[in-house]
Amino acid sequence: MSEANGHKEKPRLTNPPKTIDFRISRRERLGAQQYTETFEIPYRKNLNVISALMEIRKNPVTKEGKQTTPPVWDMNCLEQVCGICTMVIDGRVRQSCSALVDDLLIGSGGNTITLEPMSKFPNVRDLQVDRTRMFNHLKQVQAWVELDGTHDLGAGPTMTQAVQQERYAYSRCMTCGCCLEACPQYHDDNYIGPQAIAQARYQNMHPTGKSTIDERLNGLMGEDGITNCGNAQNCVQVCPMSIPLTRAIYETNRDITFNALFGWLRK
Amino acid sequence: MAGKIKIAVVGGGLAGLAATMKIAEAGYEVDLLSVVPVKRSHSVCAQGGINGAVNTKGEGDSPAKHFDDTVYGGDFLANQPPVQKMCEMAPSIIYLFDRMGVPFSRTKEGLLDFRRFGGTLHHRTAFAGASTGQQLLYALDEQVRRFETDGKVNKFEGWEMLSLVLDDHQVCRGLIAMNLQTLELKEFSADAVIMATGGPGLIFGKSTNSMVCTGSAVSACYQQGAKYANGEFIQVHPTSIPGEDKLRLMSESARGEGGRVWVPRNTDDKRNPKDIPETERQYFLEEKYPAYGNLVPRDIATREIFQVCIEGHGVGGENQVYLDLTHIPAETLDRKLGAILEIYEMFVGDDPRHVPMRIFPGVHYSMGGLWVDFEQRTNIPGLFAAGECDYSIHGANRLGANSLVSCVYGGFVAAPNAIDYAKNVERKNTETNGVHATELRRQQEINLQIIKNKGSENQYKLHEEMGKWMTDNVTVVRYNDRLKATDEKLLELQDRFKRISINDSNLWATQAVPHARQLKNMLELARVITLGALQRDESRGAHYKPDFPNRDDERFLKTTIAEWSAEEPILSYEAVDIGLIEPRKRDYSKGGKKEGKQPQETLRLAEQAAASGLPVKEGADQIREGGYDQKPENLSGAKIWSQEKGELIDPETEAETRVQQGKDIDAAGGKQTDER
Repeated sequence: MSEANGHKEKPRLTNPPKTIDFRISRRERLGAQQYTETFEIPYRKNLNVISALMEIRKNPVTKEGKQTTPPVWDMNCLEQVCGICTMVIDGRVRQSCSALVDDLLIGSGGNTITLEPMSKFPNVRDLQVDRTRMFNHLKQVQAWVELDGTHDLGAGPTMTQAVQQERYAYSRCMTCGCCLEACPQYHDDNYIGPQAIAQARYQNMHPTGKSTIDERLNGLMGEDGITNCGNAQNCVQVCPMSIPLTRAIYETNRDITFNALFGWLRK
Repeated sequence: MAGKIKIAVVGGGLAGLAATMKIAEAGYEVDLLSVVPVKRSHSVCAQGGINGAVNTKGEGDSPAKHFDDTVYGGDFLANQPPVQKMCEMAPSIIYLFDRMGVPFSRTKEGLLDFRRFGGTLHHRTAFAGASTGQQLLYALDEQVRRFETDGKVNKFEGWEMLSLVLDDHQVCRGLIAMNLQTLELKEFSADAVIMATGGPGLIFGKSTNSMVCTGSAVSACYQQGAKYANGEFIQVHPTSIPGEDKLRLMSESARGEGGRVWVPRNTDDKRNPKDIPETERQYFLEEKYPAYGNLVPRDIATREIFQVCIEGHGVGGENQVYLDLTHIPAETLDRKLGAILEIYEMFVGDDPRHVPMRIFPGVHYSMGGLWVDFEQRTNIPGLFAAGECDYSIHGANRLGANSLVSCVYGGFVAAPNAIDYAKNVERKNTETNGVHATELRRQQEINLQIIKNKGSENQYKLHEEMGKWMTDNVTVVRYNDRLKATDEKLLELQDRFKRISINDSNLWATQAVPHARQLKNMLELARVITLGALQRDESRGAHYKPDFPNRDDERFLKTTIAEWSAEEPILSYEAVDIGLIEPRKRDYSKGGKKEGKQPQETLRLAEQAAASGLPVKEGADQIREGGYDQKPENLSGAKIWSQEKGELIDPETEAETRVQQGKDIDAAGGKQTDER
């Protein structure tokens, strides 16, 4: 039936290994030396990276039989909507909750899975990173709507379905950091990056948010601003929420140019 | 304008951010503590929408009807005045979020769109795609960030509250929290503290809750004298996807589209499910309920699936049954259920078009929580609570899309009351007699004890054991003997907890110490839930005892109050304020297309059957209390998946189907929770 419907069966792990090796980057604390430890766990169906880590945490003994400390990582919603569990898995940045062991083994063809922390953020310990700077970027672009107050002032402005849908796409950003990790321009926090640009775009599209567009664009015109984008387009490829990041960058650039050319008319 | 007062808010989900925003806006300073960056709080998981009787569809909806639906859905266990206030405030809450820029779905005219949800006949639920909680939380996160930039809000992300600071008169003067990186303990002096820490799902091991939902901070308050109310009311959703790490929801529409629930007749059958012939499959819902089949109401589905697994007949002997869609053409499934199937595929890796899904009921929400009065004040002066961690709105059962509105309502009520209290309280820091330092030392000693403990027990294994016992015995079906045994088990676990040794010698950013503390607190709350259930000899809302299958208003139209003591929770009962709507029997079969009518005898048989867990003999009517006299319609019929609305729609019969759906769901105990 499935073949008749033209459905392509997803590749499956037909011959699973008895055990899986997890090569995990370790770091005792901020600034300490990084090293790697390998943990071996028995293969089970339906494992994701998080449940493998939970298994390892219970009794942290390396493959060589050495008792060690449990690997530390961040996790919360486990539904790929909070963004906290992001790490680099087999060389690709993604959420560890939705990284399924079977898929990873098919992808690598082996029985080893490599876990590393994101490299563009301070590495707190093991797989844990500090993404505070991403929240600071949101401050820099004033990613909010200015309200007169939270008391009852009736309904908000009307909006077309088209605008709503476009804004909805941007509203799904969970500040996970995949875009910054994949961006070849971003290092040492030199560039505000796609996340904040897309959030500025999100607010600029709102009828009320539009009124403070100048402040938001100003936040993107500094040394770490939007001109750092090298158009590699890696961000849009790794974004787990399929946010149109390159479009946000393009449209925001357009707004900045427009403001530069015609802004004086409004003065 | 602001005097020198300081308020601490614990928890950065919807309720905590709502309160923070209100306090900061009033010009006062807030310390906002959160275990995770607030934008990553559990509120992001809410999907379906937020209720408010805005009545934009010409249906004559009103806050009064929302109020009635909520009280009725909660089986009359909620005090009615705050529920009424919430329903009256709900439309303005939705409009406020609209002004803050939440991308709510729109009508053609550009106005807010509303959809129907279970437990109501009205289009009352505003929604942003299929992820409303995420958008609402982000909107508050943005506003709070704005106040943070203005210096009104001090965020402490990565800090976990350990205990309250109480003075000699049991008045709350602040709290002690731990930095999760450094394990540094710090006192947060505050004139008022608002708890907004969410639910305690992790007590059940795996649940639909996020990993921060331990209930630990609330348990700490309880152990310091805060009353905990209606702890036994835990909502369980019938179909969730059992993961190795957590449970994720699977929408009811899968069964609506013809999904069949089964297990192998032979539990040891290790074959690929598709290789097991029809005759060797047990379609237990269809066998036991020939009239309704897989479309029995949710509470029955939940209980039956649960029973099969507890008796060891789940797939592979584990807590899972098949929900099979593979007999339906893949293209039909894609059209009708696409987005839902993608979630399953993403997390399980199996394609449900070709491999039967494995599902199991999942703990989802706690109706119980810290006792609060109608102003969100706990019994400890200076301590307030809002959101899932307070007990006030949902009674014995929560209606879908009511949780988001109750979070915001709670925060909005708690905030001005906390300000009022803080302004008027007799308070001078010099008069606290060093209570902060004393409490800090006490907490430090607890940490030291945990760190130096050298025993043979493993904290994660204890947690698993607690979760298993609680899930097996204190969720869907409750028997007094098993509840007693569970409490004994919890006592044993408390004892064994004293002999854990943390397995992390590196204390920097260790998760072992915080987890150990959470586990201890979870065990305390687990006893409250278990003993509350044990003593409540009736069935009401989410609480079901086969030995006491009826609601007993005479004895139990009361709020359960638990107070901590060193030996065990001390339970007492408080009258419910039912002054606005007189309690009536919950019966959703009336008022739809057809009147349901039930001979008493049939009803009794059906109840017996449900209680016995045995298949009902052919010929016996499969009718539950309240009654059905027709097979519920296919819940989704010939609908199409609407990407825009994020739900199944059929323009022609939508209204009618929704009426039926609301009926079915609520006849099922109102457990329509896959969308909050």
